Amino acid sequence: MLGLGVDRLQADINRLLTSLFHQGVLDEQFLQLQQLQDDTSPTFVYDVINIYFDESDKLLRNLRLLLMDREFSDYKKIGLHLNQLVGSSSSIGARRVRNVCVAFRSASELSNRPGCLRGLEVVEHEYHYLKNMMHEIFQLEQQRLLAAGARYPM
Amino acid sequence: MTREIVNEIPNLAESMLTALVVDDDFVNQSIHHKILDRLGIKNDVVSNGKEAVDVHCSGRNYDLILMDMDMPVVNGIQATKKLREMGIESKIAGVTTRANEVEKKEFMEAGLNEFQEKPLTISKLLSILHKLDFYAKTSAGLFNQRWDKANCPKVRVDPDNLIH
Repeated sequence: MLGLGVDRLQADINRLLTSLFHQGVLDEQFLQLQQLQDDTSPTFVYDVINIYFDESDKLLRNLRLLLMDREFSDYKKIGLHLNQLVGSSSSIGARRVRNVCVAFRSASELSNRPGCLRGLEVVEHEYHYLKNMMHEIFQLEQQRLLAAGARYPM
Repeated sequence: MTREIVNEIPNLAESMLTALVVDDDFVNQSIHHKILDRLGIKNDVVSNGKEAVDVHCSGRNYDLILMDMDMPVVNGIQATKKLREMGIESKIAGVTTRANEVEKKEFMEAGLNEFQEKPLTISKLLSILHKLDFYAKTSAGLFNQRWDKANCPKVRVDPDNLIH
C-alpha cells in the first residue's frame, strides 16, 4: 500500500515535470541541475531553485518600484536587473521566464515605458506560474520522501 | 538517462586543479561551484572583480578562473585586465550570457584564454578544460589523451521519458 503511494507520487512529479517541458516552461538546463544533485548535496535542486526565487522576488520588486515611480528615467538600472534575471533564469532552465525577460529588456533599451510596463506584467505572470508549479513539485517530492521513509522504517 | 550521464562525469581530483568562481549572481555561484565540485576541482567563490583581485593580493592562486562579465564594483573585463597587469598567469575563462561579438572581443582582449556562453554545464566546463590544456594525470588516465567530444554526451530532453 505504501509502495503504491510512493509510486503514485513519483508519477505525479514526473507528469508535472513532463508538462513543464512540453510547455517550454523548462528546458534541458533543468536536467543539468538534476544531474548535479548527489549524495553530498541531496537537496541541491531544491536549494538552487529557492535561491533563484529569493533573488528574483527582489529583482521583480525593484523593477516594479522603479517603473511605478512617475519620475522614473533610469532604463539602465532596469537593464541591469533584467540581465541578472535573464542569466539566472537561463541557469536553472526557466526558458519562458528567460525569453519574456529578453523581450522586456528590448523595451527598456528603447526607453519605452509602456513597453516596459507590459513586459513586467508578462514576466511576473510567467514567473509566478513557474513558482507555483515548482512549489507543487517540491511538495509532492517531500510527500514522496516521507512515504518512502515510512515504507522503509529505520 | 540521468544515471548514465552521472557515470560519465570524470573525477579530476588527482589532478589537484584549483579554480576561482567570480560571479555576482548567487544562482550561478551555486551551480558553478557544484559543477567544479563534481569534477573534483577544489574551488573558491567571490562575488565581483574586486574580490577576485583582492583574493590574489592575499596570496592565493588558482589554475583556472571562471570570470563573469557583468558584475558590480569591478566587472569581469576590468578584473581580467587588472589580474594580467599583476602578472597572474592563471587560465581565465570568461563566462557570460551576453555574447554579442563586440563585447566578446573586448572581453577576450582584456586577457581571457577562453570564452564560454552561460548557462555553464558539465560539458561546457570540460570543453574549457580541454581547450586550456588541463590534462588530469589520473590513474584511470581519463585525460591523458586528447579529449573526445563523443565521451561527453549532450543532455537531450525527451519529455515523455523523463527519469526523476
